[in-house]
Amino acid sequence: MKLQMVKKGSFHLFILAAFTVFMFSCKSGEKKQEAQEAAVDVDVSQLDEEMFKNINEAKEVFYSLPSPLETAMLVKSAGAGYNEELLNPVDNATKYSTNKSMALNLGIYTCDLSFASLYDQTQASIDYMNAAKKMADGLGILDAISQESIDRLEENINNRDVIMDIISETFMNSSSYLEENDRTAIAAIVLVGGWMEGLYLATQMVPDTANLSNNKLVQRIVDQKLSLNIIKRLLDNNKDNPDVQAIMKDIDALKAIYDKIPMTASEKVTTSTDKNNVTTIESSSSYKITQEVFDELKEKVKVIRSNYIS
Amino acid sequence: MKRVLTLLLFISAFFVIGTQNSQAQCKGFAKNVCKLELVPFTHDGNYHAAVLTEGEEAELYKTFYSGQDYRIAVCGSDNLPEIEFSVMDAAQNVLYTNKDHDFAKTWDFKLQASQQLKIVVKVPSRGDKSKDPESGCVAIMFGFKVK
Repeated sequence: MKLQMVKKGSFHLFILAAFTVFMFSCKSGEKKQEAQEAAVDVDVSQLDEEMFKNINEAKEVFYSLPSPLETAMLVKSAGAGYNEELLNPVDNATKYSTNKSMALNLGIYTCDLSFASLYDQTQASIDYMNAAKKMADGLGILDAISQESIDRLEENINNRDVIMDIISETFMNSSSYLEENDRTAIAAIVLVGGWMEGLYLATQMVPDTANLSNNKLVQRIVDQKLSLNIIKRLLDNNKDNPDVQAIMKDIDALKAIYDKIPMTASEKVTTSTDKNNVTTIESSSSYKITQEVFDELKEKVKVIRSNYIS
Repeated sequence: MKRVLTLLLFISAFFVIGTQNSQAQCKGFAKNVCKLELVPFTHDGNYHAAVLTEGEEAELYKTFYSGQDYRIAVCGSDNLPEIEFSVMDAAQNVLYTNKDHDFAKTWDFKLQASQQLKIVVKVPSRGDKSKDPESGCVAIMFGFKVK
């Protein structure tokens, strides 16, 4: 009888252990499978098809969007000026209570914080760091933005390099925490929030009189067409999340407008390396955008961003 | 049955804690080891790290912008063989591979035109069948120069 019970217990144990291992095996293969589905489901251009054709061979697949810090730097380096009125007011931070709104605005406030810091706006940098902290705390991202980070920011407020380092570190704390805790949908939403804020700032800062075919900021805005399929794949990996589904609709609406902007890239790509060991990737690209399409894009971005910060 | 459930809980906890520990180690590895390879570039703040085993690959897709100075850093835990990485354009042309540069951990580059690039990272297999393949953290990090 005892032997029978042991056997029966062992059998149960085997089944349960096998189930546990199976669950973990499924989990590790999840990204790969989702990436494979994404590669099949998403309508992509010829170049995208080439780019993503062997995607299912790797164990891990990362879709990397510009971080809010990089987004802000790209807007600034394209010649944008600083206009605090365009940023999401820090007082709005008290309004956000859902995971979706806090995630979006963690990205938005981190972009605004980066933007203010790049222009040496000391008080605004502190205020936006505190606003970003509220969002991170609300999302339960433990110690991503610690009081120590804020104190260090205040102590080094005139040292831009240190401030950039603090922003990058706090953002990595948030994104790694979310990834580690299987909250990849929230991590993706944070990135989309920061990316959208950068697009909003850039579109708002193009002067009405700008020559659209020869303007660095417009070039940067058009370049974002290249990131749309990466965003779609990033979101598609979390497509079961209702918040992600809502954001996908916004991205699809933007993509419909970007599809009206023809963009070509040279087929031939070469490289050359200088004496400092820096390689230049040599190629060319061109785009055509009409005033009508630019205005449509600007308005759509404004509406989406307004929804995100309301 | 109670014993079985206890054992099951133990096994589950072992897997969960083991997985989370590996991931937490990767975060520490990325932050304390790999990020240093980016100096003097500014880390963009994004986190891309995973536990890979000998013979496994990871891929990363990212848009890079004209006029910016970038550095890629790809690092692996000490127990892993030297990590291979290649950078390809959309047409799958290899623009750079660190196999031609003594498995360098970093590559500095800039672009004349913005484009999507694919970074393929591989943990080579040592081919020693008498030992189990090693697993460890691999991190891919990006830095840029603030302008």
